[in-house]
Amino acid sequence: MELMVSHSLVLSAVLFTIGVLAVLARRNPLVMFMGIELMLNAANLAFIAFARHLGELDGQVYALVFMAVAAAEVAVGLAIIVSVYRYRRDVDVDAVSQLRG
Amino acid sequence: MNLIEALVFYAAVALALAGAVGMVSARNPVHSALFLIANFFALAVIFLLLSAPVLAALQILVYAGAIMVLFLFVVFFFVQPGQKHEYVHSLPVQSFLAGVLVLVLVVVLVAGLYFGGVFAAEEQIRYLGAARADLADPQQLGRTLFSRYLLPFELTSLLLLAAMLGAVVLARRDRGKEGRS
Repeated sequence: MELMVSHSLVLSAVLFTIGVLAVLARRNPLVMFMGIELMLNAANLAFIAFARHLGELDGQVYALVFMAVAAAEVAVGLAIIVSVYRYRRDVDVDAVSQLRG
Repeated sequence: MNLIEALVFYAAVALALAGAVGMVSARNPVHSALFLIANFFALAVIFLLLSAPVLAALQILVYAGAIMVLFLFVVFFFVQPGQKHEYVHSLPVQSFLAGVLVLVLVVVLVAGLYFGGVFAAEEQIRYLGAARADLADPQQLGRTLFSRYLLPFELTSLLLLAAMLGAVVLARRDRGKEGRS
């Protein structure tokens, strides 16, 4: 495998892990959300690296669809955060325990 | 990979890692967002080197342009300057546990890549076919997107419409409780 592709895959793994760390260790919902964005981006990087490795465009198409999914996810997630901020003035994800179905 | 490509690639890798680490460690959410933008730009450079110029442009337009602006807008709108956060951890050793889990995860991922043969050299010849040349061609990407992947593409537009409606409904002020806030 090409060296740039394999190093891109390792970078993708490390970035995904840092995104997981942001979600697990930080308590600010905005930063946790950025961690989710980072994880999606790491997956995108893996798709594009494999597209390069296989010489096929399919991976790039998946990455394109992923970007649309990430945009939709950000719109809905930030709307939820905005409504929680409006209600409580400050957001601590552990304190938001009233969102029970 | 020639020398200039290697230099640019590893500089972009370093910038991406620095941006990600800065995003996690910054106390101020605005700084986190700016670090994440640096990370996205570095990833766009890597996409360009991996012969995906369309996705590099979209990365900057969609992520750094639209998504992070939305983030910064929310941060500027709702976080007061000098606001003190009193976060209560429901698990007392949460940060420690998170660190251990993340360490395990990165070891598992990299070991999986290593034993899956990412660094094995023998596969290199098999895929150096004719398709490699037009991987960077936007026209080819468009043809693939509108022929073989037409249905997912159209479903994406439906998803975006649903997300737009959902965001409007969720963020709208409730008419019945106008006097509360």
